[in-house]
Amino acid sequence: MRQRPLSPHLGVYKFAYTMATSIAHRASGIVLSVGLLALAGWLIAAASGPESYALAVALLGGAFGQLLLAGWLVAFSYHLFNGLRHLNWDLGRGLEKSEARRSAGLVVLATLLLATAFIYAAFFAGVPR
Amino acid sequence: MAQLRLPENSRINRNGKVHKAPAGATNVRTFKVYRYDPSAGDNPRVDTFEVDMDSCGPMVLDALIKIKNEIDPSLTFRRSCREGICGSCAMNIDGTNTLACTKSCGDVKGEVKIYPLPHMPVVKDLVPDLTQFYAQYASVKPWLQSRTPAPPDRERLQAPEEQEKIDRPSACILCACCSTSCPSYWWNGDRYLGPAALLAAYRWIIDSRDDATGERLDALEDPFRLYRCHTIMNCTEACPKDLNPAKAIAEIKLMMAEREHA
Repeated sequence: MRQRPLSPHLGVYKFAYTMATSIAHRASGIVLSVGLLALAGWLIAAASGPESYALAVALLGGAFGQLLLAGWLVAFSYHLFNGLRHLNWDLGRGLEKSEARRSAGLVVLATLLLATAFIYAAFFAGVPR
Repeated sequence: MAQLRLPENSRINRNGKVHKAPAGATNVRTFKVYRYDPSAGDNPRVDTFEVDMDSCGPMVLDALIKIKNEIDPSLTFRRSCREGICGSCAMNIDGTNTLACTKSCGDVKGEVKIYPLPHMPVVKDLVPDLTQFYAQYASVKPWLQSRTPAPPDRERLQAPEEQEKIDRPSACILCACCSTSCPSYWWNGDRYLGPAALLAAYRWIIDSRDDATGERLDALEDPFRLYRCHTIMNCTEACPKDLNPAKAIAEIKLMMAEREHA
């Protein structure tokens, strides 16, 4: 007998807030893991002497490096707030449909606020030299 | 591992048939319906049916029955009660799993897209093979397991608040809308039990008359059977009976943690 086809899934399912917040949590987690490597690299460079530190600063201080830093700040903010949302769920709270929808909105809002504050502080506030 | 792309034999080919509305029809809706004929040997396709809504009932199931009666008798789908209690006509309508009999065509904007329940083997057209889904349900032993003899003169009594707890979970009609809406179930349906089976497990775990709570929890203590739930919440959003499998699963996880650290 011919093998039965598999019915369409990702391609037809409406991409609702549920899937969006879930996949974004995973994605931001992966982004942060990579960011941790960069942070470790930066610290190792700082410990290895002025020349290697200068190289690390040049890499992270360039336009691409700054873009990555901004991305990590956004990922950190999202992962933090959505992580709190998951923590609350794991305590058996906030699992009604209306509550989960509201908390999704709150997470996005809080992420925007914190990420904006981080990016402002990191790039525009002007660090005294 | 998640296989994001459909297998070769499952990809939709472009040879869908188009059935035009009868001449003179003024209130026409377009239905795009997934078709698969196991005897033809072709890949699945999507047929287009233009339906005159002036002579059609309001629900998506009404339209499907009208299509089968008047346009294409080979269209195959399950249906029975037409009032949301049997769970037979569960399918993916307008991108969400629901029951065709309780979904109003008026709630869908534009074309009405109808697919079988997602990520399931298709028997024919809108009929998925639910063998594994039922086996998973059976695996949670969805019956009363009591060590104490029943009272000789009456049934086992429950306090109203004890009954209250199992009231909603017992309303599950096993339509499979929740399990087949869950990406975790899509990727790990062979090892993850899915929201419907876990809701059933929960219903018996919290039943005050059941004495097998420990064994039931033991059976779920597994990285896949229970813990593939990542609280995506698609199940609860999809449930046509407005039940909350996601909350039930979270409660089971909480009971697991509590007994571990008691």
